[in-house]
Amino acid sequence: MTQLTVQDLHKRYGDHEVLKGVSLSAEAGDVITIIGSSGSGKSTFLRCINFLEQPDAGRIQVAGEEIRLVPGKDGHLRVADAKQLQRLRTRLAMVFQHFNLWAHMTVLENVIEAPVHVLGVSRREATERAMAYLEKVGITRFRDSYPAHLSGGQQQRVAIARALAMEPAVLLFDEPTSALDPELVGEVLKVMRGLAEEGRTMVVVTHEMGFAREVSSKVMFLHQGLVEEYGPPAEVFGNTRSERLKQFLSGNLK
Amino acid sequence: MLHGYLPSLLDGAWVTLRVAVFSLLLALVLGLIGASSRLSPNPLLSLPATIYTTVVRGIPDLVMMLLIFYGGQVGINVVTDAFGFDYVDVNPFVAGILTLGFIFGAYFTETFRGAFMAVPAGQLEAGRAYGMSRWQVFHRVLFPQMLRHALPGLGNNWQVMQKSTALVSIIGLSDITWLADQAGRTTHEPFLFYAVVCAFYLLMTAVSGLLFRWLERRYSVGVRRAAA
Repeated sequence: MTQLTVQDLHKRYGDHEVLKGVSLSAEAGDVITIIGSSGSGKSTFLRCINFLEQPDAGRIQVAGEEIRLVPGKDGHLRVADAKQLQRLRTRLAMVFQHFNLWAHMTVLENVIEAPVHVLGVSRREATERAMAYLEKVGITRFRDSYPAHLSGGQQQRVAIARALAMEPAVLLFDEPTSALDPELVGEVLKVMRGLAEEGRTMVVVTHEMGFAREVSSKVMFLHQGLVEEYGPPAEVFGNTRSERLKQFLSGNLK
Repeated sequence: MLHGYLPSLLDGAWVTLRVAVFSLLLALVLGLIGASSRLSPNPLLSLPATIYTTVVRGIPDLVMMLLIFYGGQVGINVVTDAFGFDYVDVNPFVAGILTLGFIFGAYFTETFRGAFMAVPAGQLEAGRAYGMSRWQVFHRVLFPQMLRHALPGLGNNWQVMQKSTALVSIIGLSDITWLADQAGRTTHEPFLFYAVVCAFYLLMTAVSGLLFRWLERRYSVGVRRAAA
C-alpha cells in the first residue's frame, strides 16, 4: 500500500528556485534515503512534505488521503483545511536534526505529549506505549530526566521514540545524525536500522552513505532542486550514471 | 501605638496592596497583548504597539499619572457633556490602577517580547509537526518556555511597579504613603511615619521577591537542575 506520494513539488525563495519538480512515492516498508550536497534542496523537500515549509506547487498524499491545497493571495499554495493538515501531520512523524525535544518536559512527557493532547489517547495508555518505545530505543532509565541532561545521541533516540509513539504511516528523518558527535552517530543509526528491519516506512535525509547503501530500499540523489538519480542502492551506488553523483560520492561535490 | 494611627495605616496598606495587585494583572494582560502585537508581521498590529511602548516608556511615570488622571477627567467630561450626562468624577482608585497598569503594560510588553523571541523556533516547529493546533503550540510549548525567559524581567518590573504605587497618593487616593504623610504632619513626627511606610514597602517587595524566586525555579526545570 502506498503510504506517501509526492508529485512534482516546487518551492522557491524569492528568485531562487530550490525545488524544481521533485516526486517521490513510498510503499509500506520502503526506506527512501535522500542524499545530496548542502543546498541541493533535500531538507526543504522533506519539510515541504509536512508543510513546515509551504510548497509553491505540487500534490501530496499521505496514506491515500490528499492534502487539500488552494492558491493563496500571493500565488503560493495554502492548505485549505488546517484541521486536515493537523490530522495528516500526526501520520507523518518527524525526527529533526537538532532533536527539538520540548525542553520543559521530561523524556516521558515528551513522548506522551502528542498522543495525549493531539491524538486523544488516555494518559495511561500513552504512558504504556511510551515506555515500550523508550525501551526499544534503550532510554527507559531516563524517563524522568529533562532533555538538557542527556547526550545528543540519547536525545535523538528519545526523539525517535516520540515519533514512534504517534504510530505514524511514515517516519520523516531530517539529517538525524548531522548534529551529533561522531562517537554518538552509531547508536542512532543502529536504532534506525532496527526500525527499517521492522518494515517501517521511512524517508531519511542523510549524509550517512553507509546507511543509504545498506539500509535503504531506494536512494534519491538531489542536485540543485532536481532528482539527478533515483533507484535501488545497488544500482545508484554500484552503477552510477550521473557525473555529479560520482563527484559527490568521491567527496568533490560539497 | 503610632499615636493611634495604626488602623488607618493598615487601611492604607490594604489600598496600596490592592492597587499593586490589580495594576499588575492589568499590566500582564496589556504586556501579553502588546508583545503579541509587536511580534506580528502585520503593521496594523505592530505599529500601535511600538508607539505605545515608545511613548509610555519615554514619559516620567508621575507626569503620565497626572496626564491620565486630570487629562482623562477632562476628556471623559467632554464626552459625557456632549451626550448630556451629569458631571462624572473619576474614582482615584480605579484611575490609579488604570494608569499604573497602562504604564507598566509597556514595560511588560518589552519583557514578554524578548522572552517570546528567546524560545527557539525548533520547539514550535516540533509542536506543529506533531499536529498541534496554533493554540496548543502556544499554551503547551511557547507560553511555558517563554515564562522562564520572562520571569526575571517580570520580577524586576514588578518590584519597580510596587514602589510606583506611592504615586497614587498625589491623585488623592488614601494609600499608605498619603495617610502616613497626613499622620506625620499632624503629629510632627514625619520620620516615624515614613519609616513605617519604608518598612511596609520593604516587606511587600521582599515577599514578592521570594515568590518570584520560587516561580523562576519552577519554570526553569529542565534547564538548571530541577528544584530539589
